[in-house]
Amino acid sequence: MKKTIPGPSKIIAGIPPSGIRAFFDLVLGMKDVISLGVGEPDFVTPWAIRESAIYSLEHGYTSYTSNWGIKELRKAISRFLNQRHGMEYDCEKEVLITVGVSEATDLVLRAILNPGDEIMIPDPCFVSYGPLTVLAGGKPVFIPTSLETGFKMSPALIRKSLTSRTKAILINYPSNPTGASYSKSELLKIAAIARERNLLVISDEIYDELTYDGEHTAFPSLPGMKERTVYLNGFSKAYAMTGWRIGYACGPSDIIAAMMKIHQYSMMCVSITSQFAALEALRGGLKEAQEMKKEYLRRRNFIVEELNRLGLACHNPEGAFYVFPSVKKTGMSGVEFATKLLKREKVAVVPGIAFSPRAADHLRFSYATAFGDIREALRRIEHFLSSKD
Amino acid sequence: MDEILAMLEKDARLTPEEIAKAIRKPVLEVRKKIKDYEKRGIILKYKTVLNREVLEENPNGVRALIEVKVAPEKDRGFDHLAERIYSFSEVTSCYLLSGTYDLLLVVEGKDIHTISHFVASKLSPLENVRGTVTHFLLKKYKEDGDILRQVQKSNRPAISY
Repeated sequence: MKKTIPGPSKIIAGIPPSGIRAFFDLVLGMKDVISLGVGEPDFVTPWAIRESAIYSLEHGYTSYTSNWGIKELRKAISRFLNQRHGMEYDCEKEVLITVGVSEATDLVLRAILNPGDEIMIPDPCFVSYGPLTVLAGGKPVFIPTSLETGFKMSPALIRKSLTSRTKAILINYPSNPTGASYSKSELLKIAAIARERNLLVISDEIYDELTYDGEHTAFPSLPGMKERTVYLNGFSKAYAMTGWRIGYACGPSDIIAAMMKIHQYSMMCVSITSQFAALEALRGGLKEAQEMKKEYLRRRNFIVEELNRLGLACHNPEGAFYVFPSVKKTGMSGVEFATKLLKREKVAVVPGIAFSPRAADHLRFSYATAFGDIREALRRIEHFLSSKD
Repeated sequence: MDEILAMLEKDARLTPEEIAKAIRKPVLEVRKKIKDYEKRGIILKYKTVLNREVLEENPNGVRALIEVKVAPEKDRGFDHLAERIYSFSEVTSCYLLSGTYDLLLVVEGKDIHTISHFVASKLSPLENVRGTVTHFLLKKYKEDGDILRQVQKSNRPAISY
């Protein structure tokens, strides 16, 4: 009998590969592309933060740290959350430093899910939520959202999808990819469901500092929500620290302890250099982020108006740096549109299908790109739309 | 600062239409405001910022910073003498400072001799100029918030989630 060498597990085989890998490869292989496809800020980490990381290296801080993360940093996070959102987290047992919100998402799902437990997830959503739920043995239950409702989860639809296996609602606002966010009154309706049905809430608020219309309300700051919410945030977007891979999770001590158990075996701790950099970020405040926010707001206004003028219907996203227009009217699918646009006009955007099969008619435009480039990209899109095949 | 000014200060080539879209105001209002800023001299002019460190040829030749110690005049303070100094076309900037000297000038000339000549024959002989110290500028690293070196390409991947 012929022996075959063992391959990947069935669990992994059950996760479909990203359908647009080929498109990504096409973009990365092309030169001189104007990219509206980028999921990170367009400024480098402020110098004071970089300098502080260099200083820590010069002074020989190159060791492991506590699995939880250095205590000074946890304290600083706890203080910051208190000042900014009025939330009280005990830095000894309710704060865990993670390798970005990405690791934190993985940890919380693995920490709370029993086989077959269900998680409510907005759809479209960030690429990792579904696969990480499956890897953790759970079942993602997608709550459809649409352009018409500004891509917000409707409480009625959440209620309709509840089962006895529902364990948590995952919410991400402002959202990647849609830019949608929620007002306090909208959040209170979701909180009411969580309370009534005794559910946990996983709240990914990595884009919170980029909220343009109204104030951002942190989910755990809502009455009675702290004890049932795992709050995920980090430094990538507000301080332009994507490459440092550092974030944190705050929540009930039993869940954070469970997450910590996984983290200590799989990750040990976050890079000490990144932890010192993050500490400096909190000390230095949000000055740069707030300057960038003003600039992002102008770009958002411009791009929303222009896309609607060009007939690519999009809503007015409340936050993050994405718009999520529909290309349905052009008769092309998102992938077809994006591929042709790339080849003919050298403008890169991300097809919506990357974020949901329901968003096949959409595109994600990132405006974390210089105003002049956005203007030029829109000119090219106008040219693209007016020229025949 | 008004948003229109903030945007134009960063990019003078923005059109009123583009600004209007970015700040969600009617174009007419934006146009009117810009006209008004121009009239009031708040917008002085629109010009291009050249990176001479990359250009490698400098039509203005040499630059020097000159510290000038002066004796203020009765009733007129520094302003009158400052005007007599900054009116020379060689002087591209002129500041009144606190500290060990009074005026700081930025002076441009085609070479070192031109600047020496300016100092010796025009600046120093002025009544009430008590002394000068000339520093020739060797290299500019950063000016008005812009870092002056070859533009570095961003190393962000062109596409990411």
